[in-house]
Amino acid sequence: MVDKTKTGYIVGFAAAVCGVFGAVVSIAAVQLKPQQVENKVLDQQKQVLSVANLLPEGGGDKAAIKQLFDSNIKAEVIELHSGKPVDGVDVATFDQQKAKKDPASSAPAPTNNAKIQRLPKQAKVFQVMKDGKVDAIVLPIEGYGLWSTLYGFLALEADGTTIKGITYYEHGETPGLGGEVDNPLWKAKWPGRKAFDDQGKVAIAVAKGDFSDKAAHPYKVDALSGATITSNGVTNMLQFWLGEHGFGPYLAEYKKGHK
Amino acid sequence: MDKQAKAALVDPLFNNNPIALQVLGICSALAVTTKMETALVMSAALTIVLILSNVSVSLIRNYIPSSIRIIVQLTIIASLVIVADQVLKAYVYDVAKQLSVFVGLIITNCIVMGRAEAYAMANGPKLSAWDGLGNGLGYSVVLIVVAFFRELLGSGKLLGVTLLSPVTEGGWYQPNGLMVMSPSAFFLIGLGIWALRSWKTDQIEEEE
Repeated sequence: MVDKTKTGYIVGFAAAVCGVFGAVVSIAAVQLKPQQVENKVLDQQKQVLSVANLLPEGGGDKAAIKQLFDSNIKAEVIELHSGKPVDGVDVATFDQQKAKKDPASSAPAPTNNAKIQRLPKQAKVFQVMKDGKVDAIVLPIEGYGLWSTLYGFLALEADGTTIKGITYYEHGETPGLGGEVDNPLWKAKWPGRKAFDDQGKVAIAVAKGDFSDKAAHPYKVDALSGATITSNGVTNMLQFWLGEHGFGPYLAEYKKGHK
Repeated sequence: MDKQAKAALVDPLFNNNPIALQVLGICSALAVTTKMETALVMSAALTIVLILSNVSVSLIRNYIPSSIRIIVQLTIIASLVIVADQVLKAYVYDVAKQLSVFVGLIITNCIVMGRAEAYAMANGPKLSAWDGLGNGLGYSVVLIVVAFFRELLGSGKLLGVTLLSPVTEGGWYQPNGLMVMSPSAFFLIGLGIWALRSWKTDQIEEEE
């Protein structure tokens, strides 16, 4: 039996343990990477389909989602500032969250109520195609609620003004209160509202009251009860992302081309 | 299965439950028990990590220099947890997303460290595997019972299937908001410990 208190033995043992388990971790990470990337892409496709109202009941399997997405949705990377599409970027692998964190591809966000700190220079938007024409636009949105940043998508009809749907795929709001942003009944209050007023200003807001008559209250959605701060967070992030620093320029470009 | 192995497997379920008697691993028990699905996946992940870490530590127990044994155990546990996290992200992405940091936090789960130090360092790999399985199941039992009540009373569902249709979706059941918040796990675990100690009175600690 070797002397286990010798420094040489201890260092050697530590190195051996690190080597063996380091290898195990590396192999697992490398081997599973393709599967994980695929899951991430699939998850995003699912969210986009869901907000565009194309996801079948129950979600469908991997192949079905991929097929639905490929045949209906055109993803596009745009420059936020000008609203124009960017060439030479691989749309499939473009990751807006990653771009936001990289100093080279992002900038500090202008002061805003949605508590967004950094803004990517480029963003990924989705166009839902139907018979060769744009049927809806899906925009990524994010902003702070009460406890957490909410990440989601907003879908607009082909006119670029009427809301088609809203969904959040990640948030840490209080379940039962702010977490009710996931509630299908609340989400059902959105379609048909107008994001912009006649002057083209962002008008949509979450407020307290009964706005079930969509024609009389085109710019208002009833707030979540007991979750004022989350509700305000939703308003703030829509104001920001539809505004001049968000997708305002892109929507302006889009409307020019689709008059 | 001999007597010793059986004891290693069965004891942690009720007689020496890691959560109810040793009161270890509470933090994840609060965080992942709002739903049955996350509780089940978390239980499986912890049990597998626990078995593998016990076996690994046990296999090299005679070679580990005692001056660095804790850090060696931690290295082994941390590696296994990272692998488990990667596997979950690759095969059950939706659940992995909900569990988020808590899979990574298995590293700091006192049950895993505790079993490596207290049992695997002194016993053979086979017995250690049974001990890992037993403690993993002991943890799982508590997690699943807590998640059962939290999901049923908090959202009227079990494993995502609506049983009590809640008023927010046009039904009759007023969900108990407390149940979806973390403190309710404390209450449920507390009630569980009370029930367990009323049944097995030898677990009651002597008054000081």
